Amino acid sequence: MGALQSSPGQPEYIDLAEKTGFSFEQIGVLHKRFKQLSHNETTLRRDHFNEIPDLACNPIRAQIIEAFFDRRNYRQNGEGTVDEIGFEEFLVVMSHFRPPSLNMTDEQRESVRKEKLRFLFNMHDTDNDGTITLEEYRHVVEELLSRSGALGKETAKSIADAAMLEVASISMGHMEPDEFYEGITFEHFLKLLAGFEIESKMNIRFLNMDTTTLCK
Amino acid sequence: MIIRLGRLTPGYFRLLQRQVSGEVRMQPQSSFIDPIAMMMATVGTGVSLYSARQMAERVQLKHPHAWDQAEQEQNIRQNHLKMAVLRPTRSSSGPRLTEFICVLLLVFVSVASVSRDVVPGSNETWGNPARTTQEDPHHQTNSTGHKKAFPVLSFHYEEVKKPLEISLWILLALLMKLGFHIIPRVSNVVPESCLLIFVGLLVGGIIKAIGGEAPGLDAKLFFYYLLPPIILDAGYFLPIRPFTENMGTILVFAVVGTLWNAFFIGGMMYGVCQIEGTQLGKVDLLSCLLFGSIISAVDPVAVLAVFEEIHINELLHILVFGESLLNDAVTVVLYHLFKEFAHAGTVTVGDAFLGVVCFFVVSLGGIMVGAIYGILGAFTSRFTAHTRVIEPLFVFLYSYMAYLSAEVFHLSGIMSLIACGVIMRPYVEANISHKSYTTIKYFLKMWSSVSETLIFIFLGVSTVAGPHAWNWTFVIVTVILCLVSRVLGVIGLTYIINKFRIVKLTKKDQFIVAYGGLRGAIAFSLGYLLTDSDIKNLFLTAIITVIFFTVFVQGMTIRPLVELLAVKKKKESKGSINEEIHTQFLDHLLTGIEDICGHYGHHHWKDKLNRFNKAYVKRWLIRGERSTEPQLISFYNKMEMKQAMMLVESGSAAKLPTIVSSVSMQNIQTKGPARRRAIPSISKSREEEIRKILRANLQKTRQRLRSYSRHDLLIDPFEDVSEVRFRKQRVEMERRMSHYLTVPAKSQETPPVRKVCFESEHQIYTYDDSESPRGSAQASRLHPSPPDAVSLLDESPQRPSQRGALRTRGDAEVRAKAPDDKEEQDQLKLSRCLSDPGPKKDEEEDGSFLS
Repeated sequence: MGALQSSPGQPEYIDLAEKTGFSFEQIGVLHKRFKQLSHNETTLRRDHFNEIPDLACNPIRAQIIEAFFDRRNYRQNGEGTVDEIGFEEFLVVMSHFRPPSLNMTDEQRESVRKEKLRFLFNMHDTDNDGTITLEEYRHVVEELLSRSGALGKETAKSIADAAMLEVASISMGHMEPDEFYEGITFEHFLKLLAGFEIESKMNIRFLNMDTTTLCK
Repeated sequence: MIIRLGRLTPGYFRLLQRQVSGEVRMQPQSSFIDPIAMMMATVGTGVSLYSARQMAERVQLKHPHAWDQAEQEQNIRQNHLKMAVLRPTRSSSGPRLTEFICVLLLVFVSVASVSRDVVPGSNETWGNPARTTQEDPHHQTNSTGHKKAFPVLSFHYEEVKKPLEISLWILLALLMKLGFHIIPRVSNVVPESCLLIFVGLLVGGIIKAIGGEAPGLDAKLFFYYLLPPIILDAGYFLPIRPFTENMGTILVFAVVGTLWNAFFIGGMMYGVCQIEGTQLGKVDLLSCLLFGSIISAVDPVAVLAVFEEIHINELLHILVFGESLLNDAVTVVLYHLFKEFAHAGTVTVGDAFLGVVCFFVVSLGGIMVGAIYGILGAFTSRFTAHTRVIEPLFVFLYSYMAYLSAEVFHLSGIMSLIACGVIMRPYVEANISHKSYTTIKYFLKMWSSVSETLIFIFLGVSTVAGPHAWNWTFVIVTVILCLVSRVLGVIGLTYIINKFRIVKLTKKDQFIVAYGGLRGAIAFSLGYLLTDSDIKNLFLTAIITVIFFTVFVQGMTIRPLVELLAVKKKKESKGSINEEIHTQFLDHLLTGIEDICGHYGHHHWKDKLNRFNKAYVKRWLIRGERSTEPQLISFYNKMEMKQAMMLVESGSAAKLPTIVSSVSMQNIQTKGPARRRAIPSISKSREEEIRKILRANLQKTRQRLRSYSRHDLLIDPFEDVSEVRFRKQRVEMERRMSHYLTVPAKSQETPPVRKVCFESEHQIYTYDDSESPRGSAQASRLHPSPPDAVSLLDESPQRPSQRGALRTRGDAEVRAKAPDDKEEQDQLKLSRCLSDPGPKKDEEEDGSFLS
């Protein structure tokens, strides 16, 4: 309801800036966008996200939206999902996409990397049991290919199976025929994407200036 | 990875052989096999020089288990002498062979040095048509002296003179290249480009000593014949993703950086020239600026030659390399501008403005021309389904046309070529056959490699040949200024760029970018094109010195420096399906987040472009249903195909990691009761018996398949994907078969261990015995698993199509215990859709994934 004004330097923002690492300007821009999306309410609901026209043709739209309502992404060790989120949660989820700063120690870099991968992992691990099972992984690939029509369905399955086999061979090494690979744990997930420089890839540019008026 | 078609079948045998060889220890054959093998190796080496080069590389990468493999290979070779000839590179495995071949190739090199003596002798004749009459006798004393009585002969010689000369030069270049790879220690320290320049210097020196006139690096030859293959190779295989992601940075370095370099060097040079006592008073400002514009551009050929050897990470590679490609437009414009003004003498503001306009025309025009030819090429490849043979030629010709057309209008030929290659590639690759794709790849690599070699050799030759005007001040100041301006430029520009980049450039990155600014043959050729004068000689000398300094000093020290600074190297893993999934996933995720954030960034526009491409462009440029294929699926298909080929080819038996064969679908599928029933509870002695029979059968299979495969060499094995898949399927089955027979892949390397492995695996069977099938099935149901996975049963060792291969008692024995066939069919179908990640790991064996 517009309780927070979007001018930089607001005391409300200091807390948020510390928590998320965004600058006041960036918080201001995001806050404006938040209000735009929520039609000036204090909370966002799923259907608010569904209204974003650009998001409509995104194959993994459902997963992206779900990530915003997932307690695991709020950095508070919570679990489960919520029905509506405030600006703070919105900002915290967004902060997973903040680019790393220039001068980071290796430990910091590693923790950023882990955090970003954890976000991805949580997106895949829909039932929140700490492993990405074959079913969940298949779902991910199916969603990815969901824009390609009937062609995708069968192939998605085999792609996910192949990927899972790869994971199993990478993380387990030798497996006896009667062993069973339950699914990708977070450790395996880290190992799996070891060569994938997520810390330099999973970033978007957060603007300091307000350009939201340009977009729908 | 280069796929070698000709080697399909022997590799397949080796694969089969590997499976049995865990148990069947090949008896040492008669003692004359080694000499025969060596002889085959010799013949093979003679057959293909290029293969020999590859072989030399292989010698360096020699695997510890190579000897074991070589032993097997020699056995194979006894049976397949003919095939051994077809695949000379295989002979590189054994240490003894290696030594022998090294000696052989050293002989080659010495032959090469003989031919080097011949070449200059002949060149001196051929290089000067005007003096032919006077030189002819000299030549004839050299090689054809006693044939003087036959004028017809000498006439024919004149006819073939030119091509012969060209071939001799190329042969010399290739033999030199070959020679350097034989001596691994030298090529580890000194980059190939340095060695080649050195050879060029030697050749030039010899020519000069004999008293002839060496052919210099002719600018026409360079720009029309030597440069295009290198640039096309670079453009066609340009890593698009990092290139577009760093486009801004690359452009800033290429345009602003080059401008800065040109004006800084030019201006400072002018200042130095004004100092009394340098005897440089006659060099005016415009000449200095012209010189600056020639010397300032980073050279793609030199950068490629050096950076390919140091395996630096993708970001730095694309920054330096991209800069070297894109600065061409700036160089072209500045060069023509200053050359024009140097004649006119004055520059007005209007001229400067026209220069800026010219820059846009040259660069954008070049890209436009390239894009038009690229689209034409893609469109043409839509209709080549019935004439596969000429597919590669279209790619080459359209690209070359793009280059030449751009050159006609003085547009940037390099940018045109790059644009053509980049635009053509995705569509052409979807249209052409796999064989054509391999051909394109091979030809581009071959041409660019030959061109590069020739360029460096000619550079050396021209150094000796060219007229020099050595001025200490000018040369030293040039070298220093080049270094200083490069460092200042990079630091200054990075400071600005880092404000806009998401991933910042670190100090190390800046250092490598600055240090990687090598100059090369383009600068030399531009200098060569200047109108003759004293100043030209002065410039040429300075340019050559700078080139030598950068190539020798920087090129040689960059590798130790990269090691010293611990700059991130290129990651070796590639083609992982998981990484591809996550790349795609991340693309969509970031686009989505950008949309939620409400501003249109990089990802948003990329997504838009992709959708446009999918909706309209692909439909027009790609034939058939592949036009609607999503990227992930085509990646998957490609990967599966690659695996199939590697599996079939399966270069080295010893290299196959154990993990690959040990994880199969059943490990990730939820288990059903069927598998328990599938494994027969048999006594150890019974098992041994079955094993013996199967072993014999596998060997028989191999014998039978050999003739089949040899036939297959004639009909193209890779033309049809389904055939490959089928074959892969079978190979996989054989492998899995061997798995069930508890022959771990590693056991063949370490025979003593095998026993242990066998024992431990045998316990599985006893475990099965002790537990009732019902109980274990229930246990497996406790696994958290979705219900439909139960229907996807894991495989049992006996699958229907295996019976084709194993028709004997042993098979029947085992099969009798197999569960109903219907389930098996399902599994077979399932596993057909599957791709085992196995052979791909071949390359990653030492990679970071495996501990």
